[in-house]
Amino acid sequence: MADTENTKTRGEFAEIIYHLVRDPLGCTGFVIVTAFVFIALFADFIVPYDPIGLNIKDRLQGPSAAHLMGTDQLGRDTLSRVMMGSRVALQVALPTIGGAMFIGILLGMIAGFGSRTVDNAIVLFFDTIRSFPTVMFALAVVALVGPSLTTVIFVIMMTSIPTYGRVVRTQTLSLRNSEFILAERSLGASVARILGVHILPNVMGPLAVLAAMDIPTVIGLEAGLSFLGMGVKPPTPSWGSILNDGYSLIRNTPWIIVAGGIPLILTTLGFTFLGEALRDVVDPKLRGTK
Amino acid sequence: MLTFITKRIGLALAIAALSVTLLFIIIHLIPGDPARTMLGPKATPELIAEIQARMGLDKTLPHQILIFFGNMLQGDLGMDIFSNRPVATIVFEQLPHTLALIFSAIAWSATLGIFLGCFSAVRRNSLADRLTGILAVSFIAAPAFVIALYSLLLFAVELKWFPAIGAGTPGDIGDIIWHLVLPSFAIGLSWVGYIARLVRASMLEILGEGHVRTARAFGLPEKWITYRYALKLAILPTVTVIGVGMGFLLSAAVFAEIVFSRPGLGKLVIDSISTRNYPVVMGSVLVSTILFVASTTLSDIVNAILDPRIRQAK
Repeated sequence: MADTENTKTRGEFAEIIYHLVRDPLGCTGFVIVTAFVFIALFADFIVPYDPIGLNIKDRLQGPSAAHLMGTDQLGRDTLSRVMMGSRVALQVALPTIGGAMFIGILLGMIAGFGSRTVDNAIVLFFDTIRSFPTVMFALAVVALVGPSLTTVIFVIMMTSIPTYGRVVRTQTLSLRNSEFILAERSLGASVARILGVHILPNVMGPLAVLAAMDIPTVIGLEAGLSFLGMGVKPPTPSWGSILNDGYSLIRNTPWIIVAGGIPLILTTLGFTFLGEALRDVVDPKLRGTK
Repeated sequence: MLTFITKRIGLALAIAALSVTLLFIIIHLIPGDPARTMLGPKATPELIAEIQARMGLDKTLPHQILIFFGNMLQGDLGMDIFSNRPVATIVFEQLPHTLALIFSAIAWSATLGIFLGCFSAVRRNSLADRLTGILAVSFIAAPAFVIALYSLLLFAVELKWFPAIGAGTPGDIGDIIWHLVLPSFAIGLSWVGYIARLVRASMLEILGEGHVRTARAFGLPEKWITYRYALKLAILPTVTVIGVGMGFLLSAAVFAEIVFSRPGLGKLVIDSISTRNYPVVMGSVLVSTILFVASTTLSDIVNAILDPRIRQAK
C-alpha cells in the first residue's frame, strides 16, 4: 500500500519505467532496446569502418582485434554492417507499426462504435486480411512491383492492421456502454469527442504492449524478406541481406551468419521481454493473451 | 451443432472468396502489369497484348474475378505460360513437401510444448517453472529463418550430422525423415514456446476449478487428476492455436525450404518470382491462403465438438 502512495507522486511514464526496471527480464529488455535504438540512430558516428567500403585484401576474415565480427566476401567489416543494419530494422519497424496502429485504431473504433452492419463488415475485412499467410502475400506483391523497402513496409503494415484493429474494437465495445461514456453522451458530447478524448486514452495501454510485442515480428519479417532478396537492395546492409551473404558463403566462413543472426535474436528477445514486462505493468489482466 | 458447422463453413467460404477478390484488387491497384512484368522491358506491344489476352487481363476487373472463380471451382488455376502446364498441377506437385514439413513441425512442437506446459503448471512458481517460462518466451521470439540458418551451419555444415540439401530420396521413408529433421526443428521451435505457455495457463486455470477440487476431495491421486482430468481439458486451446499456426508455419516454411534447398510451395514461389512466372506465384499464394482458411475453420469446428461451451457461446 505504501508503495502505491509513493508512486502517486511520480509521473505515469516514470512509474512504468520504475516497474519495468525492477523486473529482471523487463530490465534486460529495456537495456537491449535502448542499445538497439541508440546504435540505429548514431550508427554513422560509431561504426568502426565504412559499412559499404570495399577492402578485397582483407576478405572473408574471422573475428580479430581489427574486425571484431570478421569481414565478408568484399572485405567489408561485418560489425559495421550489422550496426548499420539496425537502422534498416528501425526504419521499417517504426512506419509499419505506426501506420498499422493508426489505421487499426480508426477501423477498430468505427467497428466498435458504429452500427452492427458496419461492425460485421469491418470484422470480416480483418478476418480476410488475416487469412493471407504474411510471407506468401508479401511475395505475391513483390513479384509484381519488384523488391524494395517500401513494398516490405506496405505489406507488413497491411497484414498487421487486424492485430491492432481487433483489440481497439473489443475495448471500444466494452467501453461504449460504460457509465462515464453514457454520462458524456447525455451531456451532448460529439462522437468524435467521445472517441478521441475518452476511448482513445483507454486503448493506448494495451496497444503499446501489442506494439512492443509486434516489433520483433516486424523486424524478423523485414530481415526474412531481405534475406530472400525481396527487401533492401545491395549494398545497403540489412540483417537479412547480411545473412544472405553469409548463407551463400556458408562453406567458406561461418562468421557472417553468426554475426548477422546475433543482433536479430538479441533485438527480438529484447522487445519481447520488454513487451511482456510492459504488459504486466500496464494491465495484468492481459496476461496470456498473446 | 450442425448449424454451427454450416455457419462456420459459410463464413470460411466468404473469407476465402473475399481474400481472392482482395488479392485481385490489390494487384490491380498496384502500378505494374503482370504481362509486362513477365515479358520484361524488351517485349513488343503485340506480344504483351497477346499474353494479356491469354491471362484474361484485357477484360474488366469484375469480369476477370468472375472468370477466375469459375475456373477455380473446376480446379483450374490457369496455365503456366513458360512450360505450358496447368498451374494447379505444378502447385500440387510441390504441396506435399510443404505439408510434410508443416505437419512434422506441428507434431514435435505440440508434443514437447504440451509436456513443458504441463511440467511448468505442476511446478507453479518454482525455479524450474520460471526457467521454462523464459525459455518459452525466447523460443517464441527467435525468428525461424535464423534458427534454420544456425542449425544448417551447426548440424549440417560443421558437424555433418544431418543433410543440408533436399528432401531425400522419394519412397525412402527413413531418408525423407532424415532430411526433415533440421527444417522441421527450425520452424517448429517457436511453437514449442507458444504451446507451452498456452498449456501452462489453461492447466493452471483448470487445476483451480471446482471439479478438480472435488476430485481431490475424493482422494484421487494427484498424478491421476493432473494427467487424466486436467491435461485433457488443458490441451483444448492448443487445437485452435494449431489452426492459426498453419498460417505462420506456411510463412516459416518458405524460409526453411530456401535455406535447406527443399522442394515445396515456398521454393516454388521464390523460383517463380525470379523467372517472373506470375501465374505460378498467384496460384501458390492462393492455394496457401485457402489452406490457411481451411485449417482455421477445421480447428474451430474440432474445438466446438470437443468443448460444448464454445458452441453455445456463438
